[in-house]
Order: sequence, then C-alpha cells, then structure tokens
Amino acid sequence: MALTPSDVKKIARLARLAVAGEDIPAYARNLSNIMGLVEQMNAVDTREVTPMAHPLELPARLRPDQISETNQRELFQSIAPKVEAGLYLVPKVIE
Amino acid sequence: MHTKTIAELSRALKQREFSSEELTRACLRRIEKHNPALNCYISVTGERALAQARAADASLAKNEGGALTGVPIAQKDIFCTKGVKTSCGSRMLDNFIAPYDATTVERFDAAGAVMLGKTNMDEFAMGSSNETSFYGAVKNPWDTAAVPGGSSGGSAAAVAARLAPAATGTDTGGSIRQPAALCNLTGLKPTYGRVSRYGMIAFASSLDQGGPMARTAEDCALLMQVMAGFDVRDSTSVDKPVPDYTATLNDSIKGLKIGLPREYFGAGLDGKVAQAIDAAVKEYEKLGAVVKEISLPNTSLAVPVYYVIAPAECSSNLSRFDGVRYGYRCKDPQDLLDLYERSRGEGFGAEVKRRIMVGAYVLSAGYYDAYYLKAQKLRRLISDDFKRALEQVDVIMGPTAPTVAFNLGEKTDDPVTMYLSDIYTIAVNLAGLPAISLPAGFVGQRPLGLQIIGNYFDEPRLLNVAHQYQKVTDWHTRTPKGFE
Amino acid sequence: MEWETVIGLEIHAQLATRSKIFSGAPTAYGAPPNTQACAIDLGMPGVLPVLNEEAVRMAVKFGLAIGAKIAPRSVFARKNYFYPDLPKGYQISQYELPVVAQGRIEIELEDGGVKTIGITRAHLEEDAGKSLHEDFHGMTGIDLNRAGTPLLEIVSEPDMRSAREAVAYMKKIHSLVRYLEICDGNMQEGSFRCDANVSVRPRGQHEFGTRAELKNINSFRFVEKAIAYEVQRQIELIEGGGSVVQETRLYDADKDETRSMRSKEEAHDYRYFPDPDLLPLEIDAGIIETVRKTLPELPDEKKQRFIKDYALTPYEAGVLTSSRELAAYYEDVVRGAGGEPKLCANWVLGELLGALNKNNLDINASPVSPAQLAGMLRRIGDNTLSGKIAKQVFDAMWHGEGDADAVIAARGLKQVTDSGAIEKVIVEVIKKFPEQLAQYRGGQEKLFTFFVGQVMKASQGKANPAQVNALLKEKLR
Repeated sequence: MALTPSDVKKIARLARLAVAGEDIPAYARNLSNIMGLVEQMNAVDTREVTPMAHPLELPARLRPDQISETNQRELFQSIAPKVEAGLYLVPKVIE
Repeated sequence: MHTKTIAELSRALKQREFSSEELTRACLRRIEKHNPALNCYISVTGERALAQARAADASLAKNEGGALTGVPIAQKDIFCTKGVKTSCGSRMLDNFIAPYDATTVERFDAAGAVMLGKTNMDEFAMGSSNETSFYGAVKNPWDTAAVPGGSSGGSAAAVAARLAPAATGTDTGGSIRQPAALCNLTGLKPTYGRVSRYGMIAFASSLDQGGPMARTAEDCALLMQVMAGFDVRDSTSVDKPVPDYTATLNDSIKGLKIGLPREYFGAGLDGKVAQAIDAAVKEYEKLGAVVKEISLPNTSLAVPVYYVIAPAECSSNLSRFDGVRYGYRCKDPQDLLDLYERSRGEGFGAEVKRRIMVGAYVLSAGYYDAYYLKAQKLRRLISDDFKRALEQVDVIMGPTAPTVAFNLGEKTDDPVTMYLSDIYTIAVNLAGLPAISLPAGFVGQRPLGLQIIGNYFDEPRLLNVAHQYQKVTDWHTRTPKGFE
Repeated sequence: MEWETVIGLEIHAQLATRSKIFSGAPTAYGAPPNTQACAIDLGMPGVLPVLNEEAVRMAVKFGLAIGAKIAPRSVFARKNYFYPDLPKGYQISQYELPVVAQGRIEIELEDGGVKTIGITRAHLEEDAGKSLHEDFHGMTGIDLNRAGTPLLEIVSEPDMRSAREAVAYMKKIHSLVRYLEICDGNMQEGSFRCDANVSVRPRGQHEFGTRAELKNINSFRFVEKAIAYEVQRQIELIEGGGSVVQETRLYDADKDETRSMRSKEEAHDYRYFPDPDLLPLEIDAGIIETVRKTLPELPDEKKQRFIKDYALTPYEAGVLTSSRELAAYYEDVVRGAGGEPKLCANWVLGELLGALNKNNLDINASPVSPAQLAGMLRRIGDNTLSGKIAKQVFDAMWHGEGDADAVIAARGLKQVTDSGAIEKVIVEVIKKFPEQLAQYRGGQEKLFTFFVGQVMKASQGKANPAQVNALLKEKLR
C-alpha cells in the first residue's frame, strides 16, 4: 500500500505532528515500506479466528471507591510550561 | 569491585569487605571515566546514589537488609523517578522531572539498592539500535563501531562495560533480549503482567514489560525477586505469588525437553550465529536435555503484526505529550493547533513520528478491520503456535537475533530492515510469554545470544536453565577490552 | 408540507462515586482548579487506570431499572482526539461492547397517554476537564478537576417526536437516576447534561432526515428551546431549497439559537480501539443479583401504589413521586398524620411545594419537617385548627416558630368550639348591626355571609365555622 505525500499530510494532521515539507517524500517512502511489510498479513485467512486484544485473558480487576490521592497541584504544576491561578494555559480555544 | 556480579557484591557487602559507599564511588568514577565514550547514561545521580549508599551501609552495619541492600544498579530512563529527570530518550521529556516514582523504582529503593543513574535508550523505546535517542547513539563496549542494540541499549552498554553491576530494561519487541545478546549479557523479559508497568512510560501497553539485565542468570534472579509482584496500580498486573527465583537455579535439567523451531533457523540467520546456537544446544544435550524439532508456523507474520499493534497503541499512548501540562512546548504557538503540531513535531524524533503516523493510519476510519483487527486475529494464531509447542516441550530455544551487532548508521535509512532484526523476539511479546537471552559466543569480537522461551510464569525454569549453562560455559564472564 | 420531528437524546449523568472512575482522586464539585487532579487524571507519563467498582455497580443498577441487558463482558475503548481538556489525548469510554444495552422507559404525554422510549445503550466513560475562556492574556485556562469523573452516557433510540417529549424523557431519566442515588442530578453543576440529535422528515416518510447534534444543553427549558429552534431552522432550510448538514451545533442560550461548532467538525476520526491498559469488564449473575437487591421502589411502581393506596389522582401521584425525597416526605406526613392521605397530599402539593418553589428550595431543605406538617394536620383533624388558621400556623412553622402546638399556644390560635362562647359573640354582632339584621329578616338572605364574616372577625378567626353557621342561622331567625 503506497502512501502519497497527501496521505502523509492527512495522517500528520490527524496525529497533530508538524512535518516539514521537504521531509514529506521521505515519510511517504518509509511509511509505504512499512505498510508493505504489514500487507504480508493478508496471506493468511483469518475469518474463523477470534481477535486477541491482550496477552492476559483475564477479566478487569476493580478497585474500591476510596479517595487515595491528595492535592499535589504545586508539584505537578512546577513542571508545567505555562500556568496561572492554578490553571494550565493554552492558546485561546475557539468553539 | 566492578568485576563482581551482584551475587558476589551482595556477599562482599554483608561481610564488609567494602562499604556500599566505597562501591558506589567506584562505580561513579568508572562512569565518569568511560561514559563520555559510550554515552550509556542520560543522567548520573551521584548525590542521590551516595545518600542511598550511606543508608544502605547503616542497615548493613546493623546486619539488616536484603540481597540488594547497598548494591548499585542503573535504571532505564523510561522508569519515572521522583525528582529526577525522566526523559525516555526524547527531547519531548528533556525537561521532565518526574513527580512520582515508578513501582519498579519504589521496589528497588525499598530493597536498599543504590540507583547510579538513568540509562540511555531509543526514544520512547522505539528502536533496535539505540540510535533514535535524543541524547545520541550509545556505543557497544565490545566494538565501538557497533550498536549496542535497543531499545535498552544504554542499560546493556553500561552493564557490559562494568559501569553498573546490573540495570533495568523494558521489552516491547525484544528491547531487553536483543541488547543483552549484542552486549554479552543475560536479560530476562518476564511474562506479561509479572512486573508492574506503573510509572514505566508506555510505548505499547499490551506488549511492554520491564525486566532485569545483568551478567548472569543468578543476578537476574536476584533482580526479579525485587521487580516481580502484584501492583494494585496496574490493572494488568497479575495477582499471583512470586516464587523464590534463586531457590531453583541449581535444579538438574536432566530430561529437560527443548524445542528448536525450524522457522528460527532458516534464511536470514547468519551462519556463524547458527553454528554458535547449535553448539549451545549441544552443551544442553550434554547436561541431559532432550532436543526436539518443533514448528511455529506463523513466525514470519510476527513482524508485520507487531508493526500494526505496537504503532497503534503507541500513537494513542503518545497523544498525552501535547505541550500543555509538562514536557516540551514549542516557542510562541500561534494557536492551539500550532501548539500541538509544533510541540509534537519538534519534540519527537523521526522514528517516533513514523510509528505514530503508522498507528494513526491503521486505526483510522475504514482501515481498522483490514489492519488492526486482522493483526489481533493473527496475534491469536501466533500465540496458539506457542501454546501448542509448549505442550510438547518445556522450553523453546533459538537465536535472540539473526546477526551479531551491526554497525552504527548501517540500518538507519531503512526502518524495515531494522525492524526485521527483531524477528525472533517479537512473537514472544505478542504472546506475552517470558524469555531470556544469555551469552552464547562471539562472531569476531561481537557477542551473540541464545534465547530461551518458556511458558507463562515459568521464569524460575528459564533462570534455572540459563544458570545451568553458565555453570559449564564462560561466555558470560568475558569482559570487553578496555573495560576490564 | 407537514413535517415530523425525530429526536434522540444522549444524556451524560455523572455518577455519584466518592473517587474518580480510574483514579483515587476526589470527585467533589467546586474545589480550586486542579487541586483534585492526580497524576492519573493529568495523564502523566507512565500512569495507569484502575476501574472503580462503585461506578460499575451504579451502571448495573441503572440497567436493571430500565429493564436492560447487562453485558456479561464489556470492553473499554479509547476514543482518540486532541483537546486541551482531555489530558491523555483520548477518552476512555465504551464503544462496541457497552455495559448496558436495550432498555426502555415510559413517559407520559400531554394527552395523558403513555409512550415507551427505547434506550439503545448506557456505557461508562470518563468526563473531561473544563476550559475556562475568561481572558488570561488572550489564552484559555484548563482546569482538570472534573477530568476522570465517572459518567454514564445514556443513549436513547430516536423515538421522540417533539421537544416536549424530549423534555419528558429527560425529566424521567433525571428522576430515575436520583431515585437510584447514582447521580445528584445537579444541572447547574453539570452533573446531568444532554446532547440532542435532531432531524426532520416529511410526515409519512420512513427514512430519517439528516440530523444535527446539539451539544451540552444544561437545563430542561433549554432542551425544549434548543430543539424548537433547531427544528424550525431545519424546516426553513429545506423549504428554502437547502439541505441539512450532519454536524455538531452548540445552543446559545443568550441568543436562543444554535450555531455550528466547526472546531469539533474538523477531524472526526476517533480511531477507537480496545484500551490495552484495561482488561474486559466481566459482570456475573452474582453481582447482578446483589445489585438488584439494592434497587429501591422505582417511580412508576411508586406512582401506581400511591394511586391505589392513597386514592390520589394520577396527576397528584405523579407529582408526589417525581422525586424520591418528595415521595418519602409525603409518606412520612401520611404516617405522622395518622391517615387522611388526600388532605396530606393537598397540603404537600399546595402550601408546601408552593412555598418551596417561591423560595427556590429543594424538598430536602424544607424548613417544615414532615413531622411538623403531620402534627399540624392532626390539629385540623381534631378540630383544633380550621383550614384557614392552619395556613397561619404553617407560615409560622416555615419561619421557625416551632411545632404546630407551640405556635397554636403562643399565638392563641386554638379554635373555639364552646357554643356558649360562640353564642356570646353572635349576640354582640347582631346587636352591632341592627340595620343589616332588619334587611336579612326582610328577605335579603345573602347577608348571611356578612354575619358569618363578622362573627369570624370578632372571634379572630378562631370560632369553629360549622358551629358559627348553625348557631347564626338560629339567632337570625
């Protein structure tokens, strides 16, 4: 499956990755090669196979409804790029 | 001091042949001397280490503490360490001082071990050569023109060069076993769910597993004793008693049934590596093991399946790195989209971006069934191959990697060639099985590894089988030139 | 052309757990920003989710209450999209296999009829944080306290045909989740929110029209107004030769209009896949039976019982059972008053609800307790109070003057039933109005009420009205 430069741009947008224009052909080539590798999966008929989502075939373990966390805002925000009045700041969100 | 294994250091510390502080200072001096050439540490935490060493000495003076009290180790820089930079090999987290400890870090601290520093790694554990690190490539101490393997390449190089007696690694597709093989170490990838993933920065959640990297199987057993165990903070951690991993090391392996998958010895395997593996298997026969040829028919699908599942999970796991709450943020974002795209575009390296894009692509509308669902079905077939094989044999043996270490820069242009170097390790992660790699010879001056795959939670047997080999061979005792 | 409206609702009910759905951080509303967001809620590197068992029990409880199927195995999936109030870049939700499926609920229509609304599914998911758009130097502030609060998303079938029906359904679900004590239902605080899928089609047409999704409507009134606006917009659009675009629209309450939310439209590819950090949720028959035992009497059952046992009208029973607390209040009053359920209903529905509404108070905050109201009703029953004086007593109790008996004693409101005393008052009144007496005796019988009024006034309202009537008739003759 060959990916075109325009496919790469679309995926990069979906994944929120800025990719320089001059790098796009290389990404297109590499991603096409990877998808070529992936296409080998088609050699096997899997109609009757149950998908395996996880190596552990166990059910979820639940936790009791207890409060175990304390306020650590100061610590957490000491590593934040931009905060004010306890809020994380981002460029204006337009709805 | 630096030539000793953990088991030896533990005995020496208990007998006060030297103090933990002396030992730690010696390790730090070696790091200072050799790290610039090898680049195996991202952070060296000297002060923290010495404080831990002094605390350990205080315990030892009171005849307290366990096997690892006062023993220095290195942590892969994927494990969050409170108050210490935890970069995951990425520019994205170059400024990230972790606000909490990973369970693995907590457990080693509680066991009295001394953390020397955080080791270099492929960015977000994505790579097989340690060349994708933001902090530059790591060099293989056995041959500095060669890669140390990846993604736990810093841990492997550090232990091989005796810059740490042991280290932690993580293994998503071979990231403990392959660098262990390429650096002449013993590395154990535990059963999925045996070691907590809490605080271990996720690459592919259904595949990631932390484990020990050391010189001997005995050392791996001592480290596993600390790392293994149930953790309420990890929903995928299995609540199952932890066996005494050292108790069974010396059990006889007479009658052990070894399966050799014919698919692991076909085209693509370097002839000299094949010879060395054959020789190792012969050694096992001498020890009374019985060898049987088996088949894992879906082996060739493991790499394609892995390159759907791992990127899919990684694309989602790495979405949290958005420049909002921590980590890299681009300069002067114009708007929200710009903040996201440039923070992530500039913060991640090329291989990480490739995998995120592959993952976003295979999960995107219209492709899910053809790629992700298909891969999940094949994952079942691959897993079933192992189930059938392990009904006939006790362990499966083969090479860890198809070749010895390749040269730095040799495979960086073509990701697919790089991916294929993990052909023998990847299937084990898809199935969630435990596997160990141990030193089994050299091609020229570059080491190679024997991989032993066991049944779920059968780590004691893997360690026992590896230890028995190490009692009759000396590959694991060899030291790279210049680091004796 | 005649148009038919088709509406389906997605209701988000915050579950009333103490801690979050995947972390041990508190869920309480109103804390200073980001003080209730732990490492897991913040999506720190390496953290992992662990599911809260209480959230699961609450979802099962809801499923049982709507007669739904409880999935023996359900799966958490990641819904991937970038938004600053979504710390991980994905929301943990349920996609292909929800915990609750195929339920139903009955709503009452304005004509008194009943309609069944299908509930396609209800699934567990985590809430997002909040974006605060007040100006921080042209930036938006993010508060993640709400991130990770458990939500039950309740998705209806497109069974509603008018804004009124949609509101009736929403009210019914609101009442139910409060009955079940799984959600506090506080709409101002966003504990109970609603998205509406709205489309129109020519009456008689089988296929659905293209729908618009109206986001985040946070009051019953706005649901009705938003849908009404949207329906009109779509009809005008189609009649003007245009066509409806499938999109997300935001209701602007200030302008009473809906507008397109382009920011949400841009990349609608959520790339759902099973969350590898969470194993499938398995719910066995044992858990279901345990939860079933905790189910309270549900609103519809209670209403029927009220009609039957207390001889109330369907309307009265409907209002009294609209909330579990109000129903409990009413039944406490009936018990305390020792019967007279109709009288009790009149007082609860009339005086009490009137006063609560006027003061914008919830039944739980009523200054008059059920015991106090019952005590007062007993004094009506034993003729100590007339209905009229009782209103004064109620008012006094409302203002904290104590129990009915205390108020009666303090204000001397005891009804006068001593006929001698009443007679004395009557004689005085008659003496005072000789002119009116002559007119009455001359045939102007409607002056009788004048005399009753004067007697009541002279007795400060305390004379027993029946006795006044009887004695007055005698004396005026």
